[in-house]
Amino acid sequence: MKLRIKYSKLGNLRFIGHLDVMRYFQKTIRRAGLHVSYSKGYSPHQIISFAAPLAMCITSDGEYFDGEFEEISTSGEMIDALNQYGVEELKVSECVLLPDEAKNSMSVVAASDYMITFKALTEEESSGRMLEKENVTNIGNIETDDTASENAKHILECVADFHSQSEIVILKKTKKSEKEENIKPGILKIAVKDNGIYMLLSTGSTYNLKPELVMEALCQYAGISYNFFDFHIHRIETYMEDENGDLMPLYKAGRNF
Amino acid sequence: MRKLALSDEILMSIEKPARYIGGEYNSVMKDKEKIDIRFCMCFPDVYEIGMSHLGIQILYDMFNRREDTWCERVYSPWPDLDAVMREKNIPLFAMESQDNIKDFDFLGITLQYEMCYTNILQVLDLSQIPMKSENRKKGDPVVIGGGPCAYNPEPIADFFDIFYIGEGETVYDILLDLYKEYKHSDMSRREFLIKASNIPGLYVPCLYDVCYNEDGTIADFGPKYGNVPEKIVKQVVNDMSSAVYPENPIVPFMKVTQDRIVLEIMRGCIRGCRFCQAGMIYRPTRPKKVEVLKHYAEKMLASSGQEEISFSSLSSSDYESLYELTDCLIEKMNHEHVNISLPSLRIDAFSLDVMSKIQDVKKNSLTFAPEAGTQRLRNVINKGLTKEDILNGSLQAFLGGWNKVKLYFMMGLPTETYEDIEGIAELSEEITELYFANIPKEKRDGRVMVTASASYFVPKPFTPFQWASMLEPEEFVKRAYHVKDRFRAAKNHKSLKFQYHEADITILEGLLARGDRKLCDVIYDVYMSGQIFDAWTEYFHKENWENALSKHGIDIGFYTYRERSTDEILPWDFIDIGVTKEFMKREWERAKAEQVTPNCRQKCSGCGAAKFGGGVCFEAKN
Repeated sequence: MKLRIKYSKLGNLRFIGHLDVMRYFQKTIRRAGLHVSYSKGYSPHQIISFAAPLAMCITSDGEYFDGEFEEISTSGEMIDALNQYGVEELKVSECVLLPDEAKNSMSVVAASDYMITFKALTEEESSGRMLEKENVTNIGNIETDDTASENAKHILECVADFHSQSEIVILKKTKKSEKEENIKPGILKIAVKDNGIYMLLSTGSTYNLKPELVMEALCQYAGISYNFFDFHIHRIETYMEDENGDLMPLYKAGRNF
Repeated sequence: MRKLALSDEILMSIEKPARYIGGEYNSVMKDKEKIDIRFCMCFPDVYEIGMSHLGIQILYDMFNRREDTWCERVYSPWPDLDAVMREKNIPLFAMESQDNIKDFDFLGITLQYEMCYTNILQVLDLSQIPMKSENRKKGDPVVIGGGPCAYNPEPIADFFDIFYIGEGETVYDILLDLYKEYKHSDMSRREFLIKASNIPGLYVPCLYDVCYNEDGTIADFGPKYGNVPEKIVKQVVNDMSSAVYPENPIVPFMKVTQDRIVLEIMRGCIRGCRFCQAGMIYRPTRPKKVEVLKHYAEKMLASSGQEEISFSSLSSSDYESLYELTDCLIEKMNHEHVNISLPSLRIDAFSLDVMSKIQDVKKNSLTFAPEAGTQRLRNVINKGLTKEDILNGSLQAFLGGWNKVKLYFMMGLPTETYEDIEGIAELSEEITELYFANIPKEKRDGRVMVTASASYFVPKPFTPFQWASMLEPEEFVKRAYHVKDRFRAAKNHKSLKFQYHEADITILEGLLARGDRKLCDVIYDVYMSGQIFDAWTEYFHKENWENALSKHGIDIGFYTYRERSTDEILPWDFIDIGVTKEFMKREWERAKAEQVTPNCRQKCSGCGAAKFGGGVCFEAKN
């Protein structure tokens, strides 16, 4: 039976890599006593696969992996078991049973949405999430003067105009060359929200646009120098297309059991 | 949420930030308001190495069982972070709380190999703790060292307040209770240290004086005060089966060197190889009951979710219930997908049978440790492995489908001749011959490969070879080339490989292993010249050592190339490991006479370890 499991990656664990997350869940599944399927041979491994890897330093509430299981109980029980034997910062929120013909999460990912918050603004924002607050106190010596928050506000003011450009061209650097690329088609939505920026971007094998690249382009448009550490990026959800071509969260491909 | 000591900018600018963030599953968090003693355990090397160490896991678990104590961990920051911390003046912090180590009550440093000594200074320095014990005051952490290198603590005596000689499971509670008394009273640091020195097994170096003869040897060594003991008796766990053991080992997020559950099946070794320090200092041999091990295996696999389990002991084949234990685990392996790795096994029909069940014979190689190339030299070192054992084992392995064999040797052993080292090539070639003679062409799957690796012999304290001389690096290299030539000239050279180690690091290891207090200043200067991570070839700079040695007028040959007289006072003579100096002398003589000494189960040789009242010494008498 094929399950799809949704989890969050929060807090300090934004500093562990994608492979570490995979290894973590392999062990958590064993601790929780869940009956995952194994491949055959001398070094059997669990049959699980992870969707769109998340870059380090980015947090998320919308991460996924699929796993083949020999036995299942109920969605609720399996979620509880994984959370009981896991750490706070990697919390499972959904566990659904996929139809037999479902493609794995890695191949179906079409988009992700993100919330970008400015460290300079969240400090005084009571609505700010715990995490950003921690970040700010953490750094301590970032510009606590007004320049940083002025810059942030200016960037927010530019969002609408930035998006209304007919093309958004950036210089994409690869190991071999630099080439210009229009990233606009990858920006499905972008808007100011709660003093931050909400964006929905193409993700996956067809076209993959990283939120930090959009921020870089936006900063450039606003005439402000880009620094990755000025804001915090949080992935909200990962999406696939349904039969009508509309986006839906990956877990909607299955059902609770 | 725990606040990290390092900013996002720093963590994202260094390699593998997961080394420094803590929060691993089964790591212990406590409310510091309810804690009296903050203890930080340090492995002075990088996280991946330190996390693979069993001893720290045992002590971490033991300390955290105390309600008044919170034990945390710290490892050496890798050079990339080291540079950032120095530049920004960031104090070193513990993994769990991310609090500064300088605010802890204890910093416990495990001493596993000599080449981590500069890293000890790195940890002290980055922690902003005075590097020398004499400069520490009440309120500074108590710096305590333990582990195999504590059996000759003298080269690092200046940097430690206390050394714990022996096995950590025994007297720490007494020390922690004494510490509480000291902390909450006006007891001075000196008074505390004198009281600590009266706890069995604890050595407080600042309370002892050394005088030297004109030739540099020790004239006299002893306590400065009457109420400080002259001899330090090694601490031993008497009943291994009831000793504390971590049921909930920490599970790292990162891939670490030993990414598995480690089950200690036995402490000590019956074999008595004359070069082996572990074989002497962990006497008497004490196996754990197999029921206890099955219980721990079960518990630890469940609580960690690890997929692999490995046994820890100096010689697993000498564990008498090995068959029962592996059988039980193989059963588990088949049902629960647990992999088993079996190190230090003697190759015989039993072990080959077990190994063929647990691994893919085509991918894995078999390992023998003959240590010396000829039977004569194997007798000198008391390695009870004969050529027949090796050839029979190899033959059975080839018949069982293996075609890769690894052989471990040492070069520079006492009495070694060129004939002995040529034996390394001859033995290796003979094994390939055996393959060609016994495995018909149609059954040969891939090329047979025999890989011999040679390290250089380093005489260690508390071994019968503690008086022996070491070869000079030029001679090591010459011998290595000589063997290499033999391999090249061999008939089956395409199936043979010879690897050897770097000689320079080995010489320094030899210096530090049998050094005295005069080396403290050398190590200090080496560190001050920027040297850390000596155990990592890419960071080891011989010049830093050469400069410091010449600055202090230290002749490396005095410590390494010189054969010591058995009358000489050795820097570690004040430690009583149970095994007597008389026994060591006897063994040194027997070595030179090429005489083999039977192992503990064959015949007691009266080494002295029986005084601890347990283990193999009493097996036959039960």
